[in-house]
Amino acid sequence: MTAALLDIERLQVRFGQTVAVADASLRVAKGEAVGIVGESGSGKSATVLAAMRLHPPGASVTASRLSLDGHDVRTLPDRRMASLRGGFAAMIFQDPLTALNPLMAVGRQIAEVVAAHRGLRGGQARAAAILLMERVGIGDAAVRAHHFPHQFSGGMRQRVMIAAALAGDPALLIADEPTTALDVTVQADIVRLIRRLRAERDMGLVWVTHDLALMAGIVDRVVVMYAGRVMETAPVDALYAAPRHPYTVALLASLRRDGVQAEASGAPVPPGGCAFAPRCPARMARCDTAPPMLRAGGTEAACWTLAA
Amino acid sequence: MRGRTILLRCVQALAVLLGVSVASFAVAHATGDPVTLLLSPSASDAARTAMRAHLGLDRPVTIQYALFLQHALGGDFGQSFIYRQGVAGLVLARLPATLILAGSAFAIALCVGMPLGVLAARGGMAAAMLELFSLAGLAVPAFWLGLMLVLLVAVELRALPVDGYGGLSHLVLPALTLSLQGTARLSRLVASGMRGALRADYIRTARARGLSEARVVWVHALRNVLVPVVTMAALELGDLISSAVVVEMVFAWPGIGRLAVAALQQRDFPLLQGTVFIAGLGFVIVNLLADLLCARIDPRIGLAR
Repeated sequence: MTAALLDIERLQVRFGQTVAVADASLRVAKGEAVGIVGESGSGKSATVLAAMRLHPPGASVTASRLSLDGHDVRTLPDRRMASLRGGFAAMIFQDPLTALNPLMAVGRQIAEVVAAHRGLRGGQARAAAILLMERVGIGDAAVRAHHFPHQFSGGMRQRVMIAAALAGDPALLIADEPTTALDVTVQADIVRLIRRLRAERDMGLVWVTHDLALMAGIVDRVVVMYAGRVMETAPVDALYAAPRHPYTVALLASLRRDGVQAEASGAPVPPGGCAFAPRCPARMARCDTAPPMLRAGGTEAACWTLAA
Repeated sequence: MRGRTILLRCVQALAVLLGVSVASFAVAHATGDPVTLLLSPSASDAARTAMRAHLGLDRPVTIQYALFLQHALGGDFGQSFIYRQGVAGLVLARLPATLILAGSAFAIALCVGMPLGVLAARGGMAAAMLELFSLAGLAVPAFWLGLMLVLLVAVELRALPVDGYGGLSHLVLPALTLSLQGTARLSRLVASGMRGALRADYIRTARARGLSEARVVWVHALRNVLVPVVTMAALELGDLISSAVVVEMVFAWPGIGRLAVAALQQRDFPLLQGTVFIAGLGFVIVNLLADLLCARIDPRIGLAR
């Protein structure tokens, strides 16, 4: 069996006393597209950053497994880690304006990734960069390559980010809220682009977002996170049709109505209890101890309602 | 846009130079009457008046200034009272020595200060050491450091000449002395800039793309602190000029700093005005070039493209 693109088991990420990720497990098979959904602070970004070993220096990361392409991310030497980053797994970020170096022409920023991972130099790397820019739909690429990030629109900047991400021909693309900072119409363009590129390259995808509605046409499977824990993971269709965790139900309901209906009105849970219990309409006595991931069909959810 | 902005900067530079000419003229005249130093104390009043008329000092100050400016525009700064030669020639003859000294000190400050700052930004022991070094560097006055270096290296160890002008061996001590403060200031600026730059999103992106740590730090982060560094380095040059006066005295370096001191002591108005004006001209030109360089480094500044 080939190694999973990304394999995370019982991940915990802490910043001092603050727990960003309490317990997250997640697996992405070759060519698979997985969405990670959660509100801000749910630990979804911290999870993928830890997987790329890009977490801030002060963070402590523990896990029973944390691997990219079968390599343990925690122990891999820096040089090997650098070749995995951008080569095996590439990342794009929420705000392409701050994520691009403001003082370097975009063509150079793409070309240096080509140089780092494909060993091309000088003119060859520049030509490859221009080709990549054309592939992601940037017109007049040979001229635009000389321009700087501030001379591009938000959508075009994100295309530049994607071109640089593709430069190392990655098997996995990790997109951390890639459309959140963009206009709605541009958002649709970027979604279409990534879907097309994925189909062309048989590339795995991890799409991190707070927007559950966006997931439908992009991913095969959705992981729902809340308060640093995975609440539910299910095939995307099953999740929409029959959400099992009360939090997922609330999220889906919030798409149809305005705002999340569940309020934090219930009694607090003792340490070790289900984090969603205080907001949960289906709360019961057992929720004072955290439920394990329970299986029901293709869905797994951390909720005692599945044990009933 | 670009041409207009450069033109504007040049006009600004001219205005600054005009200010420098007024200041150097006023400061020179504030030092007192040069005739009392040029003639012996027993000279008659008639002789003094004749001397004053000979030097043109009997005319109203505004006329003197207008004449000075008129001649200066043609590159003529008049005759030195004490050397009885053209000021322009005197200054130009001493200029190479000062340029060599200030240039070496500047190069040391850049080549030592920048890497030190980058290393210090990574934290740990290097950061603590640099903090100590740069504080000491800023606290120690150039004349004291110069004298101590002379005592230790030249007098005790006899490793280098005490003073004078000649080969590389003569240059080492004065250049080191002159560079210390600039090195300390520059390294602190680079360190604090790098600490900010290394936290930036684009640095995380560069790492996420698998670029080498060296490339992340020395290309991506450092480029983003270059604009304040270039700006400060150009301003540093003004400090270098004034420190050069002290250092040239300590090491008997035959540059325009010592010339200016001599001119000041002798109330040699034309020479003083000439040296101050030429130093100011150099300062203005370097800062103009620094502005253009900044616009090349950061295209958002609006000069370039």
